[in-house]
Amino acid sequence: MPRRLLRDGRIVLDEWSYLAEAEGNAAAPLILTLAEWQTERDTWIARGGRLGVVLAAAHSVGVLVPDLEHFALIGAEFSGPSEGRGYSQSRQLREHWKFTGELRATGFVRRDQVFFMARSGFNSFELPDTEIEAAAAALSTFSAAYQPSNDAGLPFKLRRRSLGTPASA
Amino acid sequence: MYRYDAVDKTLVTERVAQFRDQTRRFLAGELSEDEFRHLRLRNGLYIQRHAPMLRVAVPYGLLSSRQLRTLGGIARRYDRGYGHFTTRQNIQFNWPKLEKVPDILAELAEVEMHAIQTSGNCIRNTTSDHLAGVTPDELQDPRPWCELIRQWSTFHPEFTYLPRKFKIAVTGAAQDRAASLVHDVGVHIVRGPDGTLGFEILAGGGLGRTPIIGQVVREFLPREHLLSYLEAILRVYNLEGRRDNLTKARIKILVRSLGIEEFRRRVEAEWENTRAAGLRVTDEEIERLRGFFDPPAYRTLPDTDPAAGKSTAFRAWYRYNTTAHKVPGYRAVFVSLKKPDVAPGDITDTQMELVADLADRYSFGEVRVTHTQNLLLADVEQDKAYELWRALDEAGLATPNIGTLTDMICCPGLDFCSLANAGSIDVAKLINERFDDYDYVYDLGELELKMSGCMNACGHHHVGHIGILGVDKGGQEWYQITIGGAAGADASLGQVIGPSVAKNEVAETLARLLDVYIENRQPEERFLDAVRRLGVKPFKDRVYATSAAA
Repeated sequence: MPRRLLRDGRIVLDEWSYLAEAEGNAAAPLILTLAEWQTERDTWIARGGRLGVVLAAAHSVGVLVPDLEHFALIGAEFSGPSEGRGYSQSRQLREHWKFTGELRATGFVRRDQVFFMARSGFNSFELPDTEIEAAAAALSTFSAAYQPSNDAGLPFKLRRRSLGTPASA
Repeated sequence: MYRYDAVDKTLVTERVAQFRDQTRRFLAGELSEDEFRHLRLRNGLYIQRHAPMLRVAVPYGLLSSRQLRTLGGIARRYDRGYGHFTTRQNIQFNWPKLEKVPDILAELAEVEMHAIQTSGNCIRNTTSDHLAGVTPDELQDPRPWCELIRQWSTFHPEFTYLPRKFKIAVTGAAQDRAASLVHDVGVHIVRGPDGTLGFEILAGGGLGRTPIIGQVVREFLPREHLLSYLEAILRVYNLEGRRDNLTKARIKILVRSLGIEEFRRRVEAEWENTRAAGLRVTDEEIERLRGFFDPPAYRTLPDTDPAAGKSTAFRAWYRYNTTAHKVPGYRAVFVSLKKPDVAPGDITDTQMELVADLADRYSFGEVRVTHTQNLLLADVEQDKAYELWRALDEAGLATPNIGTLTDMICCPGLDFCSLANAGSIDVAKLINERFDDYDYVYDLGELELKMSGCMNACGHHHVGHIGILGVDKGGQEWYQITIGGAAGADASLGQVIGPSVAKNEVAETLARLLDVYIENRQPEERFLDAVRRLGVKPFKDRVYATSAAA
């Protein structure tokens, strides 16, 4: 059965496959681990089709920077309920490296974290299937915020306090 | 003081609903202990020795009389009739029922209070100088900046799951009354080379198992960049701080292992990013916040000497429990929570209500919590000091010991805390019994005694002029003693004098240390300065000369 996930505030079927899931479907959009990407980089590029890669929490975003153009999806894996590096990886990708593709939270993702993840720049969430409806609802846990952020994954606009002006303004 | 607008109100109300649902899921078995732990901690809820402990945020220590009255009511209805003020200017309730916590939070939200981020691995309550805005030695009132940081750090999407807790202190005065050098980040308001006000930024200070004094990351930061710079520090820490070992996860360990130069280089590099993408604090916004901290409507009064012709008891209280105010005719008045037979920092429901009433009558309806676990009425007319003293004295809140040996800082210790190795409250009691002669205590002069029940150092023992640390020795409570620590602008870490001593020897050990001081001190020399001049040896020699310490 195809995987359900939360993307841009809606519950959708995942058209992406991880390498282990992709056998027999050569055209499917493919998500690689960083190691899979790095060991056969040229093969993957030659293959064509959409590519994604998942970073572990300990990976620096910098390792992907020269290759960003090849990815339509970047995942960040959360190892457990206390993992927090993905929030910074996400903001770096969105704000500094201007990544506009799908940014996916994977691993330990629950309703209690998705609001913060969405505000850090993630727009899609892989969760246990039983948790998806609750997670979709949890995106509107708060209707306001103090900080400007990406809010890429939120389906609505937050009310905001101006602590200052974004530097680019 | 700061008042909530629609955004603040919305956020705390929505937080109550969120936490109510999380608690319900836990009680219904839908959330595991471990998952709930991460969630409840970010809302100030610990599961402790006897019951849950709920820590409520008092942003930079400032309370309205209405808020204090509500805290008193909560202590009476949900707890056992008292609360405990902490070294980080918050209040803790030791006996609430888990299923009632959402109701407590709902009552707090009514008076613009919450428990958000009072524990857990996130940015904690920002602390500050309890004399902010009234002290003569101040460059600028730090509270608008504290409020800015409070808002920025509340539910910060990137920094809610840090490697470990993160504490920021902000000061704007010559004297550091916020222990900023032992915080993860210290923010000092300073004048820059061009004469404008900005910040000196320190990082990597902390107590706990590995006490370290903070180091300067940036000597002068223009004020509009405060938040983007804090984001750069936090991001370097979030990505590179250790997550494999809880005891090595604070930013101080990262700063120490990289070295301050390399840490600074990484922060400055990341700042290029956060500054380009992040917030620039506008003068307009900080002035808007400053408006909330405008001076109250002081009367034009001459300075007087209210102690003249009054009783010895009042004179002692006025000398020790009040301090200078920058406005003529006014005085800042400490409400001592250090009565000898009461745990330091504890206050009853009715005392809270009384202090709230007194704040309304004598101090523009505001109360402050000090990091030394007392309260402060910041704006009292000197001529009203006598009647205020009588009211405080009657309620047991006028123990004339501020800044002296018996104005001890003390964590809840083994009696309440599941982390503690040893009791601290009963040791405080033994010390109070041994040193009950005020003439002796006053003669000792300024002395900071700080005591922690375990190496987590909630009682800041490392930076006490005298520090006491509870240790477990084969299931028994023993106490390690340090001398020469300080928390202010001249911060230093205390040195261990030798083997730990048994509980019933702590007070006698202190007496011996103090004897050495009294015999060797120079005119006007504080205990701390004597230790710095003489070194630990003479103190050590005396303590262990004939002691049974093992």
